[in-house]
Amino acid sequence: MLKQYPTARFILQRGGWYFITFLVAVTINFFLPRMGTSDPVEIIMGQSAGGLSEEAAHAKKNALLKDFGMAKVDDQGNVIEQKVKSQRKVWDTVTKSDIMVDVYTSEAVRTSSLEQFGAYVKRCLQGDLGTSYIKNKKVSELILDAIPWTLALQLPTIVFGWIVGNLLGALAAYRRGNFDRIFFPVALFVSAVPFFVFGMLLVYVFAIQFPIFPPTGGFDPGMVREFTFEFFASAAYYYVLPFFSIFLILAGGQAIGMRSMGIYELGTDYIKYAKWLGLKEGRVLMYLFRNAMLPQLTGLALSLGTMIGGALITEMIFSYPGLGLAILTAIQNNDYPLIQGCTLLVTVCVLVANFTVDILIGFLDPRVKAGLQMGGN
Amino acid sequence: MKLLRNLLKSPMFVIGATIFFGTMLFALVAPWFYTVNLATDHARYAPPGEGLLLGADNLGRDYISLLIKGLRSSLYVGFLAGTIATTVGTLIGIYGGFKGGLVDDILNMLTNLFIVIPSIIVLILISATFPEGRSLTLIGLIIGCTTWTWSARAVRAQAASLKSRDHIALARINGDGTLAIIMKHILPYLLSYVFMVFILQIASGILSESAISMIGLGPADTQSLGVILNDAKANGALNGGYWFAFFPSTILITLIVFALYLINTSMEGVFNPRLRK
Repeated sequence: MLKQYPTARFILQRGGWYFITFLVAVTINFFLPRMGTSDPVEIIMGQSAGGLSEEAAHAKKNALLKDFGMAKVDDQGNVIEQKVKSQRKVWDTVTKSDIMVDVYTSEAVRTSSLEQFGAYVKRCLQGDLGTSYIKNKKVSELILDAIPWTLALQLPTIVFGWIVGNLLGALAAYRRGNFDRIFFPVALFVSAVPFFVFGMLLVYVFAIQFPIFPPTGGFDPGMVREFTFEFFASAAYYYVLPFFSIFLILAGGQAIGMRSMGIYELGTDYIKYAKWLGLKEGRVLMYLFRNAMLPQLTGLALSLGTMIGGALITEMIFSYPGLGLAILTAIQNNDYPLIQGCTLLVTVCVLVANFTVDILIGFLDPRVKAGLQMGGN
Repeated sequence: MKLLRNLLKSPMFVIGATIFFGTMLFALVAPWFYTVNLATDHARYAPPGEGLLLGADNLGRDYISLLIKGLRSSLYVGFLAGTIATTVGTLIGIYGGFKGGLVDDILNMLTNLFIVIPSIIVLILISATFPEGRSLTLIGLIIGCTTWTWSARAVRAQAASLKSRDHIALARINGDGTLAIIMKHILPYLLSYVFMVFILQIASGILSESAISMIGLGPADTQSLGVILNDAKANGALNGGYWFAFFPSTILITLIVFALYLINTSMEGVFNPRLRK
């Protein structure tokens, strides 16, 4: 099938693999948080059911179970209860006759996690990511609140870091000599500094020792989120330290990758040939750049795809109101719908990024293209 | 031996190896000369000086002792996670790359699957699942099991390129099975490469552990460089200006990772002549 259209076949084949990967990823996203022993209903009951009467607590628990889709309901949407036999032994009821009523308790019949999974998939297909257990808000709304912050922090840092790093790396590869001798170890050292640690050092130096920038947060705490100049100015001011904490380290890492790719390409025959032909230096450099770029492009797409996960710790250090912080609080509170919503989004981003890279490389890289036409992959 | 001689000619390797073995030595030998004492018998954030080289933490524990313990934990996690990730990744990568076809596709999908689910999220989820009994070994295991993917990917590419060499075809004609060919003819070729992957995996293990500890999901039973940082951050060391509470562990983490990067890069230069001057 599609033998005569290798390109279409290639895209379909790749797409198929990515779709299967997506299904498995969704399954893992659903079941991984549930592997734990802690029950979100019990957590909420423990936090808020303190002063309630036994009856009210019972009703509240059933309502929560129903809301979370963890209780079986009848046609009218009422929680089905069943009489559960107490585990108490007979002598217990005899000696403590005053709690005789407690021997049989009514409990909501719980759905199995498989049934919950089915309901989850169905709702997702309808575009509904559910409601947060803790924040009483739609997961999609919470994500939409957080995403602009994460994107605003990550997209420019990754793109600028990538550009600056690659330019410096290519320069170091091409010039070598003293520039490279100083540049390379510095870049290597910079790339070895962990993001989170560097963020902490920046806060210490530029927010506490020399209070130039605010230490944490995304904007002035006295402000409300609105589209005014003052708000954006404040957000920009709070943006500086998180930006640099990622940018510098990223640029260092990129520069190293580009440098070794560049040196590798410099030794290839086509560069020697191009030089021998007497092509202008700029032109040779362009060829070099174009070929060394491919793996770097892959890296760029991958880091764009993983940026939400990558921002997690940085956002934590700076209490930056993005997705990373949302995921972390969701995990701490066993807020399943929010965890699933966030991880689903992260997964989709990474998959789309990977897929795009796969296809682009297939078109851009003559080597992959040649392999394709010979029938391999 | 020739390899080692070549490596020793590279200043980067010498510096990297010196720093790395220096930290190892500090972690392993220092307890013989320095009494590691984690008793809370100093003042809160006692500054460096008089018997306390690096001051004390918020509970009044001596920082040198904490650092020694923390460094040991971090190195332990790094080696454990690195060994697991490299072994699993290498086996899967070699087998898939060599076999090709459906087996390769399935293994590749498995690899992609674990790559797309960010390992830091899996790590946080699993760590949060075990609130008690979250030991250093458990964390190392989890890191190893979630980060083998990129060594699999890297090794797979190398194995696939070796597949079509003549001596492999010869071995095949000789009647050698897949396993024998992998063990006798492919693994030896990749050994230096696998070692480089191992070094990077150690670094990433150390980084992952400190990241997870930094957000308070680290080992519950011991100190680590990340736990020290988390303690410092959570107990106002930044605002109080107690630089000695977080600066030394910051430097230690960075130095170890830097040293491992140096070793890795210098080996790249030796194995790949094109990178040499």
